Amino acid sequence: MSEQAVEEESGRIPISQRPEWADVRPVPQDDGPNPVVPIAYTDDFSETMDYFRAVYLADERSTRALQLTKEAIYLNSGNYTVWQFRRLILEALNVDLREELHFVEQITRDNSKNYQIWHHRRWVAEKLGTHVATQELEFTREIFSQDAKNYHAWSHRQWVLQALGGWEDELAYCDELLEDDIFNNSAWNQRYFVVTRSPILGGLEAMRDSEVAYAIKAILTKPENESPWRYLRGLYKNDVKSLGNDPRVGSVCLDVLMDKRDYVHALNMVLDLLCHHYQPSNELKNAIDALSPDPTPSDSDLIQRVCSILQLVDPIRANYWEWRKTTVPAQD
Amino acid sequence: MENMSATKTQEEQWMVQNQVFRIYDLVCQLPPHAQSVNFELRRDNHIEYLIKSLKQLGPNFAVLDANRPWLCYWIIHSIALLGDCVDDKLENDVIEFLQRCQDPNGGYGGGPGQMPHLATTYAAINTLITVGGHKSLSSINREKLYDFLLRMKDTSGGFRMHDGGEVDVRACYTAISVAGVLNILDDRLIQNAGDYIVSCQTYEGGIAGEPGSEAHGGYTFCGLAAMVLINEVNRLDLPALTNWVVFRQGVECGFQGRTNKLVDGCYSFWQGGVAAIIQRLRLVVSEQMGLPNTSNFDSRTESDNDSSDSDGDQSSEGASSPANDSCQPIQKGKSNDSPRIGVNNNGYNFIRGPIGMRPIFNSMALQQYILLCSQEEAGFRDKPGKRRDHYHTCYVLSGLSICQYSNIKEADSPPLPRDVMGPYSNLLEPVHPLYNIVLDKFYEAYEFFARS
Ligand SMILES: [Zn+2]
Repeated sequence: MSEQAVEEESGRIPISQRPEWADVRPVPQDDGPNPVVPIAYTDDFSETMDYFRAVYLADERSTRALQLTKEAIYLNSGNYTVWQFRRLILEALNVDLREELHFVEQITRDNSKNYQIWHHRRWVAEKLGTHVATQELEFTREIFSQDAKNYHAWSHRQWVLQALGGWEDELAYCDELLEDDIFNNSAWNQRYFVVTRSPILGGLEAMRDSEVAYAIKAILTKPENESPWRYLRGLYKNDVKSLGNDPRVGSVCLDVLMDKRDYVHALNMVLDLLCHHYQPSNELKNAIDALSPDPTPSDSDLIQRVCSILQLVDPIRANYWEWRKTTVPAQD
Repeated sequence: MENMSATKTQEEQWMVQNQVFRIYDLVCQLPPHAQSVNFELRRDNHIEYLIKSLKQLGPNFAVLDANRPWLCYWIIHSIALLGDCVDDKLENDVIEFLQRCQDPNGGYGGGPGQMPHLATTYAAINTLITVGGHKSLSSINREKLYDFLLRMKDTSGGFRMHDGGEVDVRACYTAISVAGVLNILDDRLIQNAGDYIVSCQTYEGGIAGEPGSEAHGGYTFCGLAAMVLINEVNRLDLPALTNWVVFRQGVECGFQGRTNKLVDGCYSFWQGGVAAIIQRLRLVVSEQMGLPNTSNFDSRTESDNDSSDSDGDQSSEGASSPANDSCQPIQKGKSNDSPRIGVNNNGYNFIRGPIGMRPIFNSMALQQYILLCSQEEAGFRDKPGKRRDHYHTCYVLSGLSICQYSNIKEADSPPLPRDVMGPYSNLLEPVHPLYNIVLDKFYEAYEFFARS
C-alpha cells in the first residue's frame, strides 16, 4: 500500500493525460468572481478536485471514481463530502472492506486527529462485524503507544467494545496504561467505562470495593494527581452519603492532610462531604485546624475554615472558594 | 519505586510550565515601561493578519478546504471582537461567497458544491450575523435550513453532522444554536436532545463528545450552551460541572481542555465561556446545591428577574427543578405554533437577565496567559512554541473578551479599568456567551428574525 502512495506523490500522471479519464469533463470550483479565503491550490489539488466534482455530480459509482476519492483524500483527509461519496461507491461496488481498513490505517498515520477518518473507520468496522474486534482494539492500541490521550481513538475503542465486543482484557489494558502513566486521565476514564459498562465484570456495584482501593492506592502515591480523586468521587456518583460512609474515604483525606503537602484535592473532597452533612472525626477536624493560617481560627464553621485554607493555598481558584463559602446548604 | 521517574504527562507538563514561567519572569524583570508594552494587545497587527488571510491563503490551507466557512467565521468574528469591520466590498464578497456554500436543500457546506454540514452551517450563520445588514441576514434560507436540521436529527435525540455523518454533542450544539438564533427552534428539533446531552456528562463533571468518552472543554461548552438554549439546563449536575471547570485553570494561568492535559489558549473561550454561562445560572446552581432561593450572596440586583420565576411551568420532561435565572419556560401547547413566545427567546432572555455571581475563575490570570503567552506579533497561538492560526486567534480573543466582561453586573455595562489587564484600550467587544457572536450583532439579528 505505501509503495502506491509514494508512487502517487512522486510520479503522478495528470488525470487529463490518463486514457481512462478521457471521456470526463472536469468541473471547476464555483468560487465566484471575488471569493474570500481563497486557497492557492496546487495544480494537482485543483485538478483532482475538478475531476472529483465531475464524478460526484454525475453520481458515478465506479472503480475509477473510487480510486479518485482515494487521491482526493490523500490531498485533504478532512473533506467529508469525498469520504461520504466513497462510502456510497464502496457499497455500490460491493468492495472487500478489509482492504479499506488498510487504507484508513495509512491515512491515520499522517493525521490521527480528524473526525472523518475515525467516522469512516467506524462505518467500515461495523460492516465487517465482530470478527474485526481484535484488530480494531489492536489498531487503537498502536495509536495510544504514540499518543495515549487521542480523543478520537478512545471514542473508537469504546465503540468497538460496545458494538463488536472484546471486553476480556480491557481492565488489564487500563492497568497497563496507568502503570505506565498514572496521570493519564484518558486511561482513568476508560477504566470507569469498563467498570460501569463491561458485561463481564458485574457492573459498578460489584466492582466498587476493589476500585475504591485501587483509586486510594493511586492517591497515596501522588496526592497531587487529580484523576484518581475524580475517579473515586465517580465511584459514588450521585451518592455523596455513601461516599462519606465508606471509612476509607475519610481516612485517605486525613492521611493526605496530615502529610501537609499537595492536599488541595483532599480538601476539595472534604468540602464536598461536609456540604452533604458529613460528620468529620476529631482527627480530621484537628488536621484541618493544623493547616489553618490562623492558629485560633476565626471561622467558627468548619466549611468556612476549609474554604479559607483553599483560598490561601490554591489562589488560582480563590474566587471559586470564596463562592463556595456562600453555598453552604442549610443544616438540618 | 514508581515515584522515581517522571511519567510522560509530568514531563510534558513541566516543560510547558517552565517555559511559561520563564516568560512571566522575563516580563517581571523589565523596567515598567517595557513591561507595560508587553501587556498591550497588538490590535493593528492582528487586524492586518486577519484581513490579509481573508483575501488570500497559501497552498498549505488546502487541508482546510472543507472548512472555509469556519475560516470566514474565525476571521470575521476576530475582527468584530477587535472593534473593527471589513470594508463594504469585502463584506459583500463574504456574503456572496457563503451564498455559494449554501445548499439548495438547506444548510451550508465546507466550500462551494460540498454537502451541507452542521458545523460549517453554524460557522456560516455566525459569520453572516456578524457581517449584519439586510442583504446578509436575508441571504439565509431559513425554511430550507429548518428542513436540513430536521434531516440531521438522529433517533437518539442528538444530531448527525451531515448526511451519513457522526452524532455527537458538537452536532447538538451547532444545530440548536443556529435554530435558536434564527428563530426556528421548535419541539421537533428539541425532542430528546436533552437526554442525549445529559448522557454525555461524565463522572468528572464535564461533558464528553459521546456517552462514555472523557470530559472535554469544547464539548462541555457545547453541551451546556445547548441545554440553556432548550431550557433544560437544570438536568445537568451543575455543581459537579462547575467544580470540574474551575479545576481546568492551572498554574500556567490558562485553561487546559481535559484533566492532566496541557494548557491551550483556545480553551480560554471553551472553558472561560462555560464559567461565564454558569455566572448567569446562579438560581439553578443554588437550588441544586440545596440552598433556599432567597439566599442573598452577592449584592447584585435581581430586579430584571421577572421572566424566570419559580412557579413557571416547564414543559420539558425531567425538568424537576423549575428555577432558572433568565430562561423563559416553554409555554404549554404553544411552542409549536408560535415559536417566538417559547424557546427562541431563551438566548435573548439569558443575556438580558441578571448576572448573579462574581466570576468563578481567575480572569486576571487568564488575561496574563493570553497577552504574554498566547499573543504573537500578529495572531494568537495555543501555547509558546506553537504557531499562530485563525482558529486560535478567534477563540483566544473570544476568551479575552469573556475575561474582560466577567465582572460586569449587567449586560451592556462597560467593565471597570481594574478588570481589564493592560491599558484600557485593550478592551474588546462583548460577546453573547451562548452563541459566541458579538453582542450588538446578536441584537440586530434577534430583531431581524423576530420580524420575519
Ligand atoms: Zn487549542
